[in-house]
Amino acid sequence: MPKDGIGASTKRREDIRFLTGKGRYTDDINLRGQAYVHFLRSDVAHATLNGIDTSAAKDMPGVLRIFTARDFDGVGGIPCGWLITDRHGQPMQEPKHPIMAEGKIRHVGEIVAAVVAETLDQARDAAEAIVLDYDELPAVIDMKAAVQADAPKVHEELTSNLCYDWGFVEENKAAVDAAFDVAAHVTTLELVNNRLVANPMEPRVAIGDYAAHDDSSTLYTTSQNPHVIRLLMGAFVLGIPEHKLRVIAPDVGGGFGTKIFHYAEEAFCTFAAKQLKLPVKWTSTRSEAFMSDAHGRDHVTKIQLALDADNNFTALRTDTYANMGAYLSTFAPSVPTWLHGTLMAGNYRTPLIYVNVKAVFTNTVPVDAYRGAGRPEATFQLERVVDMAARELGVDPAELRRQNFIRKDQFPYATPVAVEYDTGDYEATLDKGLELSDYAGFATRLAESKANGKLRGIGLAHYIEACGIAPSNLVGQLGARAGLYESATVRVNATGGIVVMTGSHSHGQGHETSFPQVIAQMIGIEPDQVEIVHGDTANTPMGMGTYGSRSIAVGGSAMVRATEKIIAKAKKIAAHILEASDADIELKDGKFSVAGTDKSLNWGDVTLAAYVPHNYPLKDLEPGLEETAFYDPSNFTYPSGCYICEVEIDPDTGKVTIERFTAADDFGNIINPMIVEGQVQGGVAQGIGQALLENCSYDSDGQLLSASYMDYAMPRASDVPMITVDHSCQTPCTHNPLGVKGCGEAGAIGSPPAVINAVLDAMHRAGKPVAHIDMPVTPAKVWAAMNH
Amino acid sequence: MYNFDFVKPSTVEEAVAALQDDEAQPLSGGQTLIPSMKQRLNAPGTLVSLLGIEALKGISSADGVLTIGGVTNHATVAAEAGAYPALAALAAQIGDPAVRNRGTIGGSLANNDPAACYPAAALASGATIVTNSREIAVDDFFQGMFTTDLEEGEIITSVKFPIPEVASYQKFEQPASRFALTGVFVTKYADGVRVAITGASEEGVFRWAEAEEALTANFSADALAALAVPSNAMITDLHGTAEYRAHLCKVMTGRAVAAAH
Repeated sequence: MPKDGIGASTKRREDIRFLTGKGRYTDDINLRGQAYVHFLRSDVAHATLNGIDTSAAKDMPGVLRIFTARDFDGVGGIPCGWLITDRHGQPMQEPKHPIMAEGKIRHVGEIVAAVVAETLDQARDAAEAIVLDYDELPAVIDMKAAVQADAPKVHEELTSNLCYDWGFVEENKAAVDAAFDVAAHVTTLELVNNRLVANPMEPRVAIGDYAAHDDSSTLYTTSQNPHVIRLLMGAFVLGIPEHKLRVIAPDVGGGFGTKIFHYAEEAFCTFAAKQLKLPVKWTSTRSEAFMSDAHGRDHVTKIQLALDADNNFTALRTDTYANMGAYLSTFAPSVPTWLHGTLMAGNYRTPLIYVNVKAVFTNTVPVDAYRGAGRPEATFQLERVVDMAARELGVDPAELRRQNFIRKDQFPYATPVAVEYDTGDYEATLDKGLELSDYAGFATRLAESKANGKLRGIGLAHYIEACGIAPSNLVGQLGARAGLYESATVRVNATGGIVVMTGSHSHGQGHETSFPQVIAQMIGIEPDQVEIVHGDTANTPMGMGTYGSRSIAVGGSAMVRATEKIIAKAKKIAAHILEASDADIELKDGKFSVAGTDKSLNWGDVTLAAYVPHNYPLKDLEPGLEETAFYDPSNFTYPSGCYICEVEIDPDTGKVTIERFTAADDFGNIINPMIVEGQVQGGVAQGIGQALLENCSYDSDGQLLSASYMDYAMPRASDVPMITVDHSCQTPCTHNPLGVKGCGEAGAIGSPPAVINAVLDAMHRAGKPVAHIDMPVTPAKVWAAMNH
Repeated sequence: MYNFDFVKPSTVEEAVAALQDDEAQPLSGGQTLIPSMKQRLNAPGTLVSLLGIEALKGISSADGVLTIGGVTNHATVAAEAGAYPALAALAAQIGDPAVRNRGTIGGSLANNDPAACYPAAALASGATIVTNSREIAVDDFFQGMFTTDLEEGEIITSVKFPIPEVASYQKFEQPASRFALTGVFVTKYADGVRVAITGASEEGVFRWAEAEEALTANFSADALAALAVPSNAMITDLHGTAEYRAHLCKVMTGRAVAAAH
């Protein structure tokens, strides 16, 4: 067997280039003769745009052309990839999303004009000479105010600011309400899931290029899914057929969801390059990123949990207002609905659930998927209300959860919110979490904290995630305007080395390391014989990219299927040479042998024969050794886990410090434990960021208050404790060939409620109980809660 | 950033002459000026770098007074101001290593950011701000946020800190910027205690007179028990209310007293 196959904590091969400055990111690409675009962005949130005077700007030095909305006649708007049908059977309201403001400005940061010039400074200089004629309108910011009848409208052509009013499962609503009427206890909680900015280390970049000789366009962009961008931009925006459009996303420096979506800047650079017959480059500044990258979260929720007299959960209902921002970003409508409502059962047997979501347009940056996407919002409210119920009932929050868990022997388990969990063992992760966190020893640590004048609390949260959204025919019924399969082409070269071309695309996940581990294991060669190619529509099969913790579960499965085809064909070649039957050929440790004999061939002998087919069954078998598979999963995968957080609070300042953090996850089978641990640690750091620090804040005029790192608090190393990560609880997925579940988002899903539950526990133990504090729990908020 | 001219004189006289130009601005470490220029919020015609003037650099101590050259950077103060440990400790906590190796004491004091650390040290130490033309008592120097007694073109050449018997600076950081949400510098001299607070007030750095009086009588955090900073002039923003900042003034003053050495 290969020494670095499945299960090995192989160091990430790509880190050598990343850590030595040899990565090739989009901004590292500079094309000969390229021009630069500077986008003039609105500094008001809502206005009628009467005119744009470019007369002074257009003659300034170096200016090649200034574009405004009128230059895009005949060009489509930015499409939305998911259609939600509301609780009355009506389609969502879907306004046009123009590349640039058309007669109206709808958020701070919206593009109003674009200056293309020979240098970036010339473009900026000219942009300052553009004169806008606009009349400001009252900004629509607060979601509940936005849906009042007298609210100003973000989009005049719509009937209101309500995108949709979704009910799930609508048919269950009456039964859920009836269960509440007879409940022995009802716990009610209102909360906010705070708006976040993803802040990948690499800001977005786009370079458009046009080749006159064959009338083809190329877009270099910072994308998690170049094929999706090619399809959306080519087919819906610019009308370029896919065979004339290539999208290349080289190394991508973090995305967290925000680089899934098709953005106006990408379409602009591709369009302008063709117009000007010049490459056109844009690199986002960090300030632009704050006001143009899709934001995340931003839900306002009321959740209620009904329990019977024995503390069994009998029903759950939630009402959420979900902010869409000013326009519908690519997958925005799916986040608060199918990625949120379907997760409301969590780890529990709650038999009746009803979820209502009102998606609302406001004069803010569009909101879309951010690490976890809907699942953190579901988990946060559920794990908060369960904790709150335990507090109200005076029972241990761990035991209330245990009592209501779906039991190990109940899988596969169909929830009342339309999904079927294939496997899980929630008590096992709970017990592992309690053990590793030394839950039993908390009293000793509490006493130590008290002696130091500090409050101390412990909080836990259980999560369920749904990864690898699928199957395509189901998601099509749910409104997805895309398939959700993944692809892989495995190309075996004559001398035995392998290139895998995959539609998955790493933006930090370590695909170049973990994917070869799988193939090496299957064939019995070393992983360094396998190279991963991704991120370029010209040399990879059509794939859907990397998000939603899908790459190993869906992309990895496609690779397995393609490799199975390779092995099957290679066995036929070996059988021919060894003069045996296919069925008698065994592949072990990279060697083909005839069962029960000492006759064998090495991997390289067979691969060479495939391309130098002298002794070859040409009549029955094509030469060559290259196979493609498209894998469409039959179900989601369902990772789960138990997160336990322990905090101290300084009562004088309200400052919360995280003292201990334990993550006990069930990811099914694991390919590279080190990479999985890193994914969990990164996710937990982001979850701690949401819980304690990060807050994207607008004032009532729609001005972005947290528009830079001076006011938007990112977690730093010192904010994150050493995290105990365990994934020894493994209930393998039953419906994909690797038995894997995915791990990319778990940390960000499970950690915020664990942190908040710990903070509230500390306050409760100190005799300063409060029902809830909204995230982020800044020192100022904690102090105010304890002193009012 | 807009185009600008750049000069780097080697004497104070040359720098003062270069700054006679209305469009000229002095550049020290540039930790505020350069970012504001990059955002096109500031457009000097000429930058007059002071970093080539050796006479403005360095730290010396004599007769109970620590003198720091105007363009001495924070890292140097952190490493070499051992005669005044609380001041060295303050410098070691400003920003990050990149900031500390570029930012200067003169730049910080001249800018008078309401959340900067150095103004609290200077005010609590009864420092003297020495310029190319005069000496300014620190109590006359700070005149509200981003405002000082400096004239156009006047350069801070050094700052003289009388070394206290004991002192401490306690900073509660704003979570995003890590500037002082509220920072308190407490000093104890033979003739009394001084308390200077940064980050909290709409008026910029200020002295808390009631605390100084109480602590002069009894240098103990207990002496603050009955006191409170009024919240009416405090800053309210995303990171804390006026009431919270007023509370932190007292908490951090108590901690500075307890930590003073």
